[in-house]
Amino acid sequence: MILSSHFNYWIVIVLMMIGFFIVISHGNLVKKLMGLSIFQTSVFILYISMGKVAGGTAPILDEAYSVYSNPLPHVLILTAIVVGIATTALGLALVVRINEAYGSIEEGDIEMQDCDKLDKENANK
Amino acid sequence: MATAIAIARVKDLFASVMLTGIYSLLSAVFFVLMDAVDVAFTEASVGAGISTILMLSTLTLTGQYEDPTRHKTRTALVVVLVTGALLIFGTADMPRFGDPQTPVQTHVGPHYLEKSYEEIHVPNVVTSVLASYRGFDTFGETVVIFAAGIGVLSLLGFSGRKEKTTISVSAPMYQHRILRVVGKVLIPPILLFALYVQFHGDFGPGGGFQAGVIFAAAIILYTMLFGRQAAEEVIKLSWVRLLAAVGVMLYGSVGLISFLNGKNFLDYSALAADAVSGQHYGILLVELGVGITVTAVMILVFFSFAGRVDKKAEENE
Repeated sequence: MILSSHFNYWIVIVLMMIGFFIVISHGNLVKKLMGLSIFQTSVFILYISMGKVAGGTAPILDEAYSVYSNPLPHVLILTAIVVGIATTALGLALVVRINEAYGSIEEGDIEMQDCDKLDKENANK
Repeated sequence: MATAIAIARVKDLFASVMLTGIYSLLSAVFFVLMDAVDVAFTEASVGAGISTILMLSTLTLTGQYEDPTRHKTRTALVVVLVTGALLIFGTADMPRFGDPQTPVQTHVGPHYLEKSYEEIHVPNVVTSVLASYRGFDTFGETVVIFAAGIGVLSLLGFSGRKEKTTISVSAPMYQHRILRVVGKVLIPPILLFALYVQFHGDFGPGGGFQAGVIFAAAIILYTMLFGRQAAEEVIKLSWVRLLAAVGVMLYGSVGLISFLNGKNFLDYSALAADAVSGQHYGILLVELGVGITVTAVMILVFFSFAGRVDKKAEENE
């Protein structure tokens, strides 16, 4: 039955699409970063769910257990989370600088200001 | 999932930051259910702790509400639904959930699970893969974190240090006596716990990445309670900046030592007479390097955001 055996992918896809929706529909840059981090987490869940073995346990070796989940996705995602927060911090820092330069973090406002500036320059020529 | 939808709907950015924190905790629970305890640990400390704080300090700088008039909702919804439908169509070929015979499970995974105890003698397979089998990869990631730290510093920097006698705005919790007392009691156990996580990563869930984040969280908590000036008296920022580089260098020089002993880069068997104890030293040093870098970068990032908040408050006065 496909519903019960593939539900993990569907959860991932729904989360991913929510993140994607936030990124493309909202103009606020902080909100976009939040959407991006939801998207990111959905990828994490995809990896971890692929490493899961039915009936397995966490990959810390012990004589009481014989079936373990795959440790490799765990390693990849563990580092990815910390790298993710580092890059998010970089993104937020950029947002702060954009706010200082333009006085706004709405995408539309920023584009308008850029257009106005270009118009003025063209008018001067 | 409901939390994620709520994040998309709520206009108040402050509320959505709080919701991202909850969302992170929930996904940490997901990870525990799928046996990834190390990952859950990291997600809980990073997602619910550090990233929430960073988002909040950005909001202090940029304003709390978003402009609701400019949403391109309809087009976005169509694009998202079409992409989602295609992706769901694509999953029909994916292996079943929990199937032990998938390509993911039959490649190198079994080797790690069967051989790593003989080769490395560390019960937590995640640690041995992270620090030994894929040590080069982890080195790269540590450098990425270091680079991101430098990026944030060069974007926000430290503003010229004006000595102020008043309590700065980066200590918003100073007025609350209960928080101050409880915080004071909590900080030493948090620091101790971070050290435990750092050095116990071989046996249980834990390691440099998680320990670094927890350690930084303790210092951030102190800064929020007692202000930036008080915190800068405890930890010298120039030292922290140096430490960020020292962590990467420690990792790299472990690799170089094995180079100089005629082995491959990051081949820990060069570090001691027999291969297994060499692996132990190697993993310990490398995790320490990761821990130092992560701690230092997280503290630096927080301080540069807090510095901006202070500067803005001064300008407003």
